[in-house]
This record gives sequence, structure tokens and C-alpha cells, in this order.
Amino acid sequence: MIKTNEIIETINMVEKEHFDIRTITMGISLFGCIKDTVKDTANAVYDLICRRGQNIVKVANDLSVEYGVPVVNKRVSVTPASFLTAKFIGEELEIALALDKAAKEIGIDFIGGYSALVHKSMTKAEESFINSIPEVLSKTERLCSSVNVGSTRAGINMDAVRLIGEIVKKSADITVDGLGAAKFVVFCNAVEDNPFMAGAFHGVGEGDCTINVGVSGPGVVQHALKAIPNASITELAEVVKKTAFKITRVGNLVLDEASKRLNAERGIVDLSLAPTPVIGDSVGHILEEMGLEEVGCHGTTACLALLNDAVKKGGVMACSNVGGLSGAFIPVSEDIGMINAADSGSLTLSKLEAMTAVCSVGIDMVAIPGDTPASTISALIADEMAIGMVNNKTTAVRIIPVPGKTVGEYVEFGGLLGRAPIMPVHNKSAEKFISRGGRIPAPIHGNKN
Amino acid sequence: MKCVLTVIGKDKPGIIAKVSTLLANNNVNIEDISQTIMQSTFTMIMLVNISNSGVTMQELKENLKELGEEIGVSIHLQHEDVFDAMHRV
Repeated sequence: MIKTNEIIETINMVEKEHFDIRTITMGISLFGCIKDTVKDTANAVYDLICRRGQNIVKVANDLSVEYGVPVVNKRVSVTPASFLTAKFIGEELEIALALDKAAKEIGIDFIGGYSALVHKSMTKAEESFINSIPEVLSKTERLCSSVNVGSTRAGINMDAVRLIGEIVKKSADITVDGLGAAKFVVFCNAVEDNPFMAGAFHGVGEGDCTINVGVSGPGVVQHALKAIPNASITELAEVVKKTAFKITRVGNLVLDEASKRLNAERGIVDLSLAPTPVIGDSVGHILEEMGLEEVGCHGTTACLALLNDAVKKGGVMACSNVGGLSGAFIPVSEDIGMINAADSGSLTLSKLEAMTAVCSVGIDMVAIPGDTPASTISALIADEMAIGMVNNKTTAVRIIPVPGKTVGEYVEFGGLLGRAPIMPVHNKSAEKFISRGGRIPAPIHGNKN
Repeated sequence: MKCVLTVIGKDKPGIIAKVSTLLANNNVNIEDISQTIMQSTFTMIMLVNISNSGVTMQELKENLKELGEEIGVSIHLQHEDVFDAMHRV
């Protein structure tokens, strides 16, 4: 039998340290839904999602009761919708509404996959699709959108980057507090099995129906580090590894059971440390526990590199299939440590950019002044994409130019999306560079064959 | 289904009696039991089989929670697999 102290440790993880399974995400292939008309396609999409996904919420809740570990979010990701709308230029909204309606019908939090992959170039249909994103995000509630604009193999599609800057701005402008932009993410090296929003989609290399699970647990890691206040850095890494192992093992168990009960392929566990705005569930505070006065100061990138690597090493051993984004997330508005540091001025966009070179994703949930020019947003995206392209990793930008607000003010998104201080952006222009268009060629090490 | 039932709280007479009565009334079999005082806190771990219980696990958990509040202890009921997964390679 398991030892008493081990049982208590598990219970404390949930009760006191906010351990949870952050998401069970069902990936559904929609290729079979493409019909001759947009109406028939939309109906087929709705029917298939409702049929495949009807039990997600029930199964997630059952597992939550049985294992005593909360399953916070239940989600669906689908084939990038630009493949479905390719024949229906100008009618994209109809598919988006069907996706959103299906999400409401089966009771999930979010549905991801209003997405396009344009890392090398864009078709006319994809351009029309991307132009539909602001309206789609303003007229849907649970639908999330993403666009992949770069990869290590293809380089960065700067025409798409230029367009996305405008899309981000428009998405924010036509929604309350810019919420539309919070449901949109732009990627370099997007992964096909990510269970986390807003960037989840069911990749073209995936099967009919797959379950992916995202674990969490920044609080558990922070608590474990608190117990060793005078340990060396080598010891810190060991403790993070062991903690990540334990967390991921539960994710692996939930993945096994959820895929069996939902009659779907067993996908991956995403080993991410995903924070929430609750105190005691912060990645920023883990870094501070390591010995930083406040996240954002010199040393932050090194601490984050250590954390990210140790999480992966611990998690990989705990699960037969690891995937998704796997690492530490640093969304500003969703992490109380990051919110405080941004508020005090410790954490700047420049430092965040450096941090993204060593952690799992990128500039995430950052609020910037509403009057930021689209070309500046594009330039910020281009920088982030360049980090991903050259380092052969996924990077992303989810940034919200909050309409009518400026530095010194706050925006409240509520719930898991949290609240954020408006952070200053660089005020010099990159408009000339962005307006050139074209493509940044793939780096030499992208040519691996 | 085999589950681990954990009772944690301030020691007082009758905790085991009350918990086991509730389990017996719901046709839950106790397969193993251990009890200790950890850092001055009463800690009881039971391995129970709820396969023949007349109520759902959710209902059983709610009943146990209610009892726990009544006698001032916290009671958890979880599938044993979660502990095996987390603590055994």
C-alpha cells in the first residue's frame, strides 16, 4: 500500500497547491465534413463535433470525482478551418458560427482551430480567411483562432506578419476591452497536438479523433522549492524534475482513462506549467522562490531556462507520449507574479522577449496601448517569430492593444484570462521594414537534409 | 473500484466508528486500515472497495464531506490509481 506521507502529499497538492489537470482537449479531424456548399459543410461540422464530443464534459467530470484532481477545462480542437473554407471565399463566418454553436451545445469552454498555416506563403483563400478573423472573433464566444506565419524550415512569411498586425488591432478594436485579440495567437513552428488555448488546432498529420491532456501545477513546484530554501541550483533542478514527474504521471493516467472512455486515440500529455491569476499558482513566483527579488530582474532568463528544462526532463520520463508546447508558460495577465512585476516596472516587454527564447511559448496575454500602430505589432511579432525560427522552437504572440487605454491603466478580462497592466511598447517605428513584404529566408540550420 | 479514503483532523473519540458506520450503511467494504498521529494531527488511511456501493462515488463523497464537517475532520475519497501513478515508477 502507498505510504501515508505520500497520500498526504498528493492531497496537499490539490488542496493547498492548486494542482489540477488544466485541460482535456479532444482533437477532431474535420476533413470529412467538406461538402459542396458552405451550408452543408457547416452542418456537417456541427453534427460531427456534437457526436464526437458529446461526452467530453461528463467524462472529465467523472475523472475529476474519481481521482480527486480537478479537471479545469474541457476543450475541442479541430482541423485548421482554412482547409474547410478554401472553396467558400467570403463565407468563412458560417463555418465559424457552426464551430461556436457546437462548442456551446456540448458544454465545453473553448474550441480551437479557426486557424491557417501560412508559414511559407498564402493562397487567396487563406488571405480571405485571415481577413475574416476579427469579425469571427467578435461574433463568436468560445472560438479561438491562430495563424502560423513562420517555421525553421520555411522562414518567416512577412506578408502574413504585416497582415496579422492589422488583424490583431482590428480584432481588439471591435470587441470590448480588446477581448477578441485575447482569443487569437500567431505562431512560429506551431505544434499540431497542443491542447492549450488559444493556439490549439488538430494538425493535418493527426488521426480522426485524439485526446490530449495539459497538466499544470506551478503552485506544486513553488511549494517544493519553498521546502529547500538553502539548496544549491543543482538541487533546485532536481526537485523541479521530481515534482514535474509526479504531476505528469497524473496527467498520463487521466489521458489513458479519458481516451478509453471517449473512444478516441491516446494522444499526448503537454507538460506545461500553466499559471492562473490565483495566488499560489504563479510561474513568476517560482522564479522568485529561486532567489529573484522580482521577476523581470537580471537572472530571470537563467531561472526560467532552468525551470523549463527541468520540467521537461521530469515529465518526459513520466509519460509515453509527450507533446504540445511542454514547458513553462509566462502569460502576463494570467499570473499574479507577472502582473505585479509588470505593474512595478520590473518586467518589461524586452525582458519578456528574452524569456521566450528559453521557455515554452512566447509573448502571451500582454496588454499594450490601444493606439499602438499595426506595424509596431507586426514588428513585435516578427521579432518573436525570429526567435522561434532560429532556435528551432515554438514561439507565439498573443497581444492585446486595448482600445482607449494606455500605460498606467489596467484591463480586466476576468476568469482564467485575468487582468493586466497596459505595458509600454517601443515608440520608434519599424513601418518601413514591415511594409517591404516578402519572406525572411529559413536559417541555414533549417536546411538539415 | 478500490479507493483510498483519508481522514485528517483533530483526534477525538468516535471518528473511526462514525466513518465506518457511514461506509457500512452504503455497503462499502474496508479492505485495509491504518491510523497514525502525524505532526499532532489524526491521520487515518483506509483502502475501501466501493464496487457494491448503492450510491455513486460523487454521492458517497458528498456524504463523507458532510460527516467530516460534522465531526471536524477533512475526508477525501480517491481512486487508488492516482497514488500509484504519482508515487510508483
